[in-house]
Amino acid sequence: MKLLVCISKTPDTTAKIAFNGDNTKLETAGITFIMNPYDEWYALVKAIEIQEKWGGSVSVLHVGPSENDSIIRKALAIGATDAYRIDTEAVSADQVAFQMASFIKQHAFDIIFTGKETIDYNGAEVGGRMAAQLNLPFISFASHLDIVAENEAIVKRDMEGGTETIQVNTPFVISAAKGMAEQRIPNMKGIMTAKSKPLNVVTPQEYSPKISIVSHELPPAKKAVQYIDPENMAELARLLREEAKVI
Amino acid sequence: MVLVFVETENGKVRKAALEAVYYGYLTAQKLGTSCEALLLGNAEDATSLGLYGATLVHQSDSISFNFFDTQVYSAAIAQAAKKLEASVVILSHSSNGKSLIGHIAYLLDAGSVSAAIDIPETDKGFSVRKGVYSSKALVNIEINTPIKVVSVLGNSLQISVIGSNVEVQPVALDVLQPGIKVLSVDKLQSNVTPLPEAERVVSGGRGLKGPENWGIVEELADVLHATTACSRPVSDADWRPHHEHVGQTGIAIRPNLYIAIGISGAIQHLAGVNNSKTIVVINKDPEAPFFKSANYGVVGDLFDVVPKLTAAIKNLNA
Ligand SMILES: Cc1cc2nc3c(=O)[nH]c(=O)nc-3n(C[C@H](O)[C@H](O)[C@H](O)COP(=O)(O)OP(=O)(O)OC[C@H]3O[C@@H](n4cnc5c(N)ncnc54)[C@H](O)[C@@H]3O)c2cc1C
Repeated sequence: MKLLVCISKTPDTTAKIAFNGDNTKLETAGITFIMNPYDEWYALVKAIEIQEKWGGSVSVLHVGPSENDSIIRKALAIGATDAYRIDTEAVSADQVAFQMASFIKQHAFDIIFTGKETIDYNGAEVGGRMAAQLNLPFISFASHLDIVAENEAIVKRDMEGGTETIQVNTPFVISAAKGMAEQRIPNMKGIMTAKSKPLNVVTPQEYSPKISIVSHELPPAKKAVQYIDPENMAELARLLREEAKVI
Repeated sequence: MVLVFVETENGKVRKAALEAVYYGYLTAQKLGTSCEALLLGNAEDATSLGLYGATLVHQSDSISFNFFDTQVYSAAIAQAAKKLEASVVILSHSSNGKSLIGHIAYLLDAGSVSAAIDIPETDKGFSVRKGVYSSKALVNIEINTPIKVVSVLGNSLQISVIGSNVEVQPVALDVLQPGIKVLSVDKLQSNVTPLPEAERVVSGGRGLKGPENWGIVEELADVLHATTACSRPVSDADWRPHHEHVGQTGIAIRPNLYIAIGISGAIQHLAGVNNSKTIVVINKDPEAPFFKSANYGVVGDLFDVVPKLTAAIKNLNA
């Protein structure tokens, strides 16, 4: 099977967030960037598991400048076969989805994976936009994916208060959530071979983004905590009712 | 016109959909236009959408709507938006809403913002506010296209009744054949509010020592009519089901009340819960980082404190 995993770059989960002078861009000094955890832990590892069992290839696709190549190399070290980088700054979900879907249109992939969302813009929009542009089925928040035949999959999808079990034929777009696979740490051999795997640079299409960032803000600081005597839970109950008005 | 897609469950309108309608109503007020609702399938209480600001409910029914298929639903919603000449389409930021937003926006050639927490700013253009970097910051995003698609994060606004029952009118749509087949839908206990919609959440961490000790968490949740949640190591160890995992890599929530029991308050945990309106932290370690984010803190042994809190709330309710 020909599998494709779309990977994104996000600040590390412990990153302290600050913005540049006019609050339009993230202050990147001192921030470590990582592969978006959903893309890495679930989408990529699941694609590699399928390839190990069914053969074929796992390509990774990223939209961003060459400074992001280290993230792509990590995906190759974990086990992807080859990589494509669309050589333009990622500015919005609609732009990233458009660039990737335009690329995918020219290649026949059986399954196109994304993570369920990125941990920076938390948008969850890219998969749906690509599926629409490619006119393919889209299954979001998949927690299980079993290939049952060369062109058929059974997917479990998380939703409020339950799970759906879905049958779908390839090709389709899927967004991966927890449960799909277990994180893999690249080993030395993986890291060495990643250096010689193909990383193809793709020229972007003309596109003007449909949104723009006006400004960022940090949330208002929280008031100091009010401590309650552990022997006096009646007082806490009273405060929750009378002061916080939440019970 | 502002068109709100209304999600249903078991033949009734979902709570998240009422919030979306009310958000649509407030947006329409700002734009000087009307708010109308779109229902795919059936809901016995559809007329009551008028209470929260819809002036009309458009309804289309088809067996294709019996199960959720992103392509089928997106195509129908986009088609209705074009036919009814909507300038703004509002969705709930639910698991279905998240699947739909990008798809619908593409079909409408529209810019979109997901998980909005405030009514759009419309003085100069159309800008929408949302949390980013797992709620460590907020962003205002301008949508540059004639049609706009926005999804509303659960519990972002307090809804109130502002109108009366309205008419439900059929709208004719060409409905696609599903491209996927839903084989089964497994519901958890249906009497419990799902986490993203819950107003009160009681959450347990590794401090509980093992799954056999969750009784005290559940009893507290019970008296509060709250939904239970947990930290990541707890779900990783299978002490609790995955769908209870909150935080940066779990579900992000913003209930009115979040009670954290035996959770240290790691940055990745806080990222998913920090927007809760009131946070109570129960932890025996006075240095636990969670206390910095708490409104109320109790330094004590949870096995002692939690049953006492449950009893105190029972007393208050009596
Ligand atoms: C990339 C990444 C993503 C992550 N995503 C998430 C996420 O989404 N959600 C998440 O929760 N974590 C996440 N984590 C893990 C996170 O860093 C913490 O390890 C985790 O939140 C700790 O869980 P905990 O608070 O239950 O356990 P611990 O940190 O072990 O804390 C247990 C607490 O219980 C207290 N305690 C113990 N016994 C008692 C007692 N008898 N009475 C009262 N208090 C007691 C202790 O003082 C301690 O503070 C992530 C980590 C990484 C690296």
